[in-house]
Amino acid sequence: MNTTEIFELLREKFKDAIIDLVDNPPSDSFINVVPEKLFDICLELRDNPEFDFDYLMCLSGVDFPTNLQVVYHLYSLNKKHKIVLKVTVPKENPKVPSVERIWRSADWHEREAYDLFGIIFEGHHNLIRILLPYDWEGYPLRKDYKEPETYHGMRVPY
Amino acid sequence: MGLLDRLDNPYETGGIILGTLEDILNWGRSKSDWYLHFGLACCAIEFMSMNASHFDFMRFGIIPRATPRQADFIMITGTVTLKMAERIKVLWEQMAEPKYCISVGSCANSGGPYWQYGYHVLKGVDRIIPVHVYVPGCPPRPEAMEEGMMKLQSLIDRQAIFRKREKLAENENLIKSNKM
Amino acid sequence: MTTRKILDIDFSRIDTDRMRLNVGPQHPSTHGVLRLEVELDGEVVTNVIPHIGYLHRCFEKIAENMNYQQVIPYVDRMDYISSMNNELPYVIAVEKLLGLKVPEKVEYIRVIMAELNRIANHQIAIATFGLDAGAFTPFLYLFRDREYILWIFEKATGGRLLFNYFWVGGLANDVYPTFKEDVLNIVKQVRKTNKDIEELLIYNKIFIDRTANIGVLPADVAINYGCSGPMLRGSGVPFDLRKAEPYSIYDRFDFEIPVGKGEVGTVGDCWDRNIVRMREIEQSCRIIEQAIAQMPDTGDVQSAIPKKVRPPKGEVYFRCENPKGELGFYIISDGKDKPYRVKGRAPSFVNLSVLPEISRGYLFADLIVILGSIDIVLGEIDR
Repeated sequence: MNTTEIFELLREKFKDAIIDLVDNPPSDSFINVVPEKLFDICLELRDNPEFDFDYLMCLSGVDFPTNLQVVYHLYSLNKKHKIVLKVTVPKENPKVPSVERIWRSADWHEREAYDLFGIIFEGHHNLIRILLPYDWEGYPLRKDYKEPETYHGMRVPY
Repeated sequence: MGLLDRLDNPYETGGIILGTLEDILNWGRSKSDWYLHFGLACCAIEFMSMNASHFDFMRFGIIPRATPRQADFIMITGTVTLKMAERIKVLWEQMAEPKYCISVGSCANSGGPYWQYGYHVLKGVDRIIPVHVYVPGCPPRPEAMEEGMMKLQSLIDRQAIFRKREKLAENENLIKSNKM
Repeated sequence: MTTRKILDIDFSRIDTDRMRLNVGPQHPSTHGVLRLEVELDGEVVTNVIPHIGYLHRCFEKIAENMNYQQVIPYVDRMDYISSMNNELPYVIAVEKLLGLKVPEKVEYIRVIMAELNRIANHQIAIATFGLDAGAFTPFLYLFRDREYILWIFEKATGGRLLFNYFWVGGLANDVYPTFKEDVLNIVKQVRKTNKDIEELLIYNKIFIDRTANIGVLPADVAINYGCSGPMLRGSGVPFDLRKAEPYSIYDRFDFEIPVGKGEVGTVGDCWDRNIVRMREIEQSCRIIEQAIAQMPDTGDVQSAIPKKVRPPKGEVYFRCENPKGELGFYIISDGKDKPYRVKGRAPSFVNLSVLPEISRGYLFADLIVILGSIDIVLGEIDR
């Protein structure tokens, strides 16, 4: 199935929760969805035998000037098709439902997105920093991040 | 090399070397260095090659130890991050005196390619522990590491055990008069 | 209470203390600066909590501040054992964004280099896995051979470990004149050593006892955890990106996908993961031989592109079969000469997350073997 067909099928089932399909080659086409319905959509994508997306390739956070985005790259090992989902959340309240219970590979990816972007994944069983030390302040991959002068008495800048 | 250089003709003089106790102690120490097995990043892979067939580190009398308590020197091979820095400091403090440190690779020397935007990289391990020998390269070739190792050996060879202060002052004068 | 999987001892009759053990970040058998918090019930592992980030070198932040070409050296340093394979998905992703097609000769050299590096990577993986299980001799044999491969890299690129050889739109420089003969000699040597290793290590009774039926990873768990590469194939799933989505020119070569069959134990145990690597070396040799035969002698190795490339607005996720699994790069371009966002989907990062799942209920000594069989590189996990 290609992205357009998946989009049509999802649109039928979830109506307004599926915002739009962006398709401009050569870059990958993707589907924007609302964060509230994300968990149900992902569950449908995995469990419906027509979709059968059993493999979460990648989960990445992106920082845009006005909001934060989480991008899900899904793949189906049996059907050999893939899809890109995107949810957009405001910077003041970056809350996205966790898909960790659907694909266990999301566990560490979500912790990483929390660590580097400060996106809060609701329903994650253990949302703590993964790469940086637990007492680190700030979210480094945000564009407005300033590196600290010192950390535990060690000078950070060159 | 070192003490054995004084033995210019081993057959006529009966293989006798005259030296101070300090010389002999230093000779023994420099030829049996045990290092703390501690790989951090890319350089550790070159370090593994060094232990393996082609380069064979151990022929210099250098044997890996897994614990800092038995180690003479530590080789910082790779990028030191802020999360790791405190552990390195603890390991360094656990080592028994006299102890030495070789900083291998650009990252450990100065932050290397991560010096500018690496918010989580310590720019040079010498900010937390003293370094005796720096080995440049990203990553250094195994030959370069061996060179660094030999530099450390010659450093140990020249080390003062008795009359430390006088010798230190002497060295300082030499450095001041640009003779060393 | 834990479930025993291998020993027929009634452990409930023995009083054991629960213990929390800290392995790493400085430990010879953690393959780098990984820290494992292990919960033990006597000698039995009840839970493992991996703590990573001791080598977090801010790759993604640095990539946002560099040109597309300048990112390549940092990509090298992600998985420093198989740098060529790291560069491949990155350059192809950028070329895809640019809509660029590279010359034929470049594709062949890229494939040959990537496969040589895959062999080198698997040799390290098998060597260190042997070390973990207590076999030192195979380590020396494999490192001797790996050195020959590094000599080729050094002659062609100037670097032994980190190359910066694949550039966007081509290669840094052409290969040297006797490249083909050298590579074919290496292939012969690798095959010879492979035979030795099979006798020395793979079918060694002690090695089989240490690794068979240990750390069994069922296929459905592997897929749900997003495992890839030898981890997934060891569990019997014949999924290889070189076959599933042939990138570069992999569709022109004839090779097989080795999978774990449970030859000496259960499907998906440590031995299976190791044998997949072993068999993949042979398949890589086959690909190299075919590529050498087909490779054109003349041709450009660089396309005419400016030093600062500016891809049009857009995004791309491109993945390649790294020796450790699926390495993907998600690149967002905003039309400037620097990428807006680069995310590296590292195979070891995902593969390591399955460790708690497959090590529960085994002995502590087995945990080290299981960790060795995953074949992790911390530079890639922490980026």
